[in-house]
Amino acid sequence: MSPVSRPRIAVIVFPGSNDDHDATLALDALGADAVSVWHGEDDLGDVAAVVLPGGFSHGDYLRCGALARFSPALRAVERFAAGGGPVLGICNGFQILCEAGLLPGVLRPNRSLAFVCRDVAVRVEDASTSFTRRCAPGQRLTIPVKHGEGCWFGPPEVVAELETAGRIVLRYADGNPNGSVADVAGVLNEAGNVMGLMPHPEHAVDPLLGSTDGALILGSLVDTARSRAPALV
Amino acid sequence: MYVRPKPGILDPQGQAVGSSLRQLGFDVGEARVGRVVDLELQARDPAQARAELRLMCEQLLANPLIESYEIELADDA
Repeated sequence: MSPVSRPRIAVIVFPGSNDDHDATLALDALGADAVSVWHGEDDLGDVAAVVLPGGFSHGDYLRCGALARFSPALRAVERFAAGGGPVLGICNGFQILCEAGLLPGVLRPNRSLAFVCRDVAVRVEDASTSFTRRCAPGQRLTIPVKHGEGCWFGPPEVVAELETAGRIVLRYADGNPNGSVADVAGVLNEAGNVMGLMPHPEHAVDPLLGSTDGALILGSLVDTARSRAPALV
Repeated sequence: MYVRPKPGILDPQGQAVGSSLRQLGFDVGEARVGRVVDLELQARDPAQARAELRLMCEQLLANPLIESYEIELADDA
């Protein structure tokens, strides 16, 4: 296959990331060339998309994602996003993007105070984004969550703005596992090239794992990356 | 620095602590749980120390969306 058909996607690895390998395996299986980038790097190299994986970066000290946002790689991710590059944050990656101000709101402790680890149903509210283009509008996806701090919160004016602009891309469909405002499971930035979600699509890409719905999200990202990758040769 | 959940922000940790205190028999109302950061700092004067601490709170120690902060200086100078 030519380099273009296997777009290069950076998976940023922080101290405490633990879903980076799953993300890499899933992206590779979906036709990408995933490369791990240590958080101390300030250059992502020639990549067509970026994934911030799940885990517990810096031990979740202070607030989830609060310390990771000062990593050199985040400066590079900010530059990449400012240039329109697609960036997907999963779970801890979502928390980091919120703390970094690349996405609105913040993730707070679950309303139940319990760590939640199970499959959840989410509804695709917008199937036209760079991260959901393989989905059908309104499609229900089964994807696992596993988090203690996934309760998305935004002030009322921010929620209203997101609702109006249709930037709440994924919503919990059969009960909200964490108490997030407006049943938010995933949100998009204003430009539409940065998305964060609490469910883990990288854990739902093989029938052996109970669901392959996560492949629709990551596959969408791979498609987006492929269409952006510069034509080499 | 005292960092607290802002009023109106759901604080499940505070709720759990409040309900445990009530189970112990204490007659308490709402409980809210924040965080204390003790810091040693060299500064010319209290005003400079406060200015610097305020920046630290705004840039890292508190998330202004959900948390307020308060600064207290110890008289070590």
